[in-house]
Amino acid sequence: MTVTETPKDARIRRTRAAIAIGALAVLVVALATVPWLVSDYGLSLMVNVMSYLVLTIAWALFSGTTRLVSLATSAFFGIGMYTVAVLIKLLPLYATFAVAIGVGGAVALIVGVLTLRIAGMFFVIFGFGLSEMIRELTVWWEINQTHTMGRYVFVDFDTTVIYEHLLGLAVLVFLTGWLLRRSRLGLALLVIGEDETVARQVGINVPFAKVTIFIVSAMFMTLTGALMAPRFGFINPNFAFNPLVSFQVVIMAFLGGLQQLWGPVLGVIPLIILSEELQTEFPFWYSVLLGLVFMVIVYFLPRGVTGLLEDGWAALARPLELPRGFTGPLLDAWAWLSRPISLPRGIAGAIEERWSKIMPPPTVRR
Amino acid sequence: MPAIEVILGGIILGGLYALVAIGFNLQYGVARIVNLAYGEFLMGAAFAAFWLFTLFRINPIVGMIFSMPVSFAANWLIYRVLMLPLVRRARTRQELEGETILATFGLLFVLRGTATLAFSADNRYYDYLGAPLQIFGFTFSANRVLAFAMACVFGGTIWLVLNRTRFGAALRALAIDPIGAELVGIDVRGLSALAFAAGGGLVAAAGTLVSTFLSFNPAIGIDFTMKALVVVIMGGIGNMGGSLIAGVLLGVAEALCSYYIDSGLTLAVAYALFLIVLVVRPRGLFGTP
Repeated sequence: MTVTETPKDARIRRTRAAIAIGALAVLVVALATVPWLVSDYGLSLMVNVMSYLVLTIAWALFSGTTRLVSLATSAFFGIGMYTVAVLIKLLPLYATFAVAIGVGGAVALIVGVLTLRIAGMFFVIFGFGLSEMIRELTVWWEINQTHTMGRYVFVDFDTTVIYEHLLGLAVLVFLTGWLLRRSRLGLALLVIGEDETVARQVGINVPFAKVTIFIVSAMFMTLTGALMAPRFGFINPNFAFNPLVSFQVVIMAFLGGLQQLWGPVLGVIPLIILSEELQTEFPFWYSVLLGLVFMVIVYFLPRGVTGLLEDGWAALARPLELPRGFTGPLLDAWAWLSRPISLPRGIAGAIEERWSKIMPPPTVRR
Repeated sequence: MPAIEVILGGIILGGLYALVAIGFNLQYGVARIVNLAYGEFLMGAAFAAFWLFTLFRINPIVGMIFSMPVSFAANWLIYRVLMLPLVRRARTRQELEGETILATFGLLFVLRGTATLAFSADNRYYDYLGAPLQIFGFTFSANRVLAFAMACVFGGTIWLVLNRTRFGAALRALAIDPIGAELVGIDVRGLSALAFAAGGGLVAAAGTLVSTFLSFNPAIGIDFTMKALVVVIMGGIGNMGGSLIAGVLLGVAEALCSYYIDSGLTLAVAYALFLIVLVVRPRGLFGTP
């Protein structure tokens, strides 16, 4: 089945695409000038935003399409950071980045081939422990073989340069996501996410598609970690492989919503600002509050902010229904306000009724 | 022969892992909830035992009378209040697994953060039955042997309940086929809540036992959750006997590794074992292809 496109449609489509690309180009240029416009604190905040933006979009590349929750982000982020830290004295900086991508990709290949072929739970569980396992192995190796605990990364690669690199990477990951949605692989992944059995039946090579996108996503995460290494200066395994990173990325992606490519942007910015605030105002409550925020998102915003926006847009776009004119709703409201208060079973009865709606009593056992 | 002693030590440790995994299996295999906050209750029980022992000189084994019902009730509430909305919302089992992973992931950070606030992140330790014990010419510390004995008692009780009572039969039916269980008149949600709570009660017992011979801090929960996950997957979801054997296997592998290589690699051993099983027998140790 093909949909024929009239010349007029094509013209409209091309104009819209040109406007979108133009607007994005302006946005990127504006973002590129940020380091010269904001304070040092503002810049460090922007670096945080950019790094989490790349991580979150890269996460959504894999998890948004296949619907498999990956908890392995911190493993790849840490691999990138630690590879740079190990190799910085031996190789030029950009060479360490290249090696880091290679290592991250290789680990993703091994993990993907071993765990993605089987049921989804295996992958989730393995990702959950991957970062912790790599941390243990690294600590063991460093203590017993190299006798170093913690490494210094002192290179001429200041915050501005890091920011510009991260911005470039963000553009790249965004472009990858955009192209993916228009490719055969992206389509295959969407089918897999909807129903894996169907995907297999229509002849999609399911393991290949999953592993490929997992590797791509992991490479972006690894490179982000590598770029962030010079920012921290001193790196030890416990710092590099911090499970909180995986957690934060999942929260951000879910807050933003996974239906749209730009969804993560709406999750990253508020949560970075929130966590900055929490860490300065309530440093000890940080993990508790973050956990609560996350649970609120899972329970009350299952489709994220973009879902909320879509609903709001749909509500606005609906034609107004006013069969009795503007006075109709006013009369209704007045009638509602002036109705007699009926509490046949008292306030306690009203509470009980409300409660039984929230938590129905268990059905009678036979 | 140090090797035999190491293996016996591993079996003793493995008995405890099996107990932790059986509790997790009640939550995952029967109630169908992947509870990533599971280990946090182990940590909570360990702290309860620690405070009861250091403040009031209450024997940890006696302290279980307090911590097990509390954890049972807390887990029952978690199922009724937090998990039931997700159970109602989810359309498929995969969806439910995904949603519960996310929700309990949040819960993990809430519980761990609260414990850190309340007890600080310091390592805690107390001395209870630390004296060495001679058994068949091998030396073990008495608290480990006691922990193993208690794990056996709990394991035996669970086996009896599962295989000799109507309630246990209903639990097994639920683990195998929830829809079929509902059709034959089993109250699936009520029973799932009980199974989930029972898992919570067991992990509290395990936490108390762990606290007698290991030092602990608010961050240990996640390690035990991961090991429980690995053991349950290896032994088969819903298969309690499988969890027992896989748990002992993990304990032995860990003991061998910490004796011959390094004691800091326990999680790596668990995952290496997991990978081997995954490659050789992708359906678990006792799964039928």
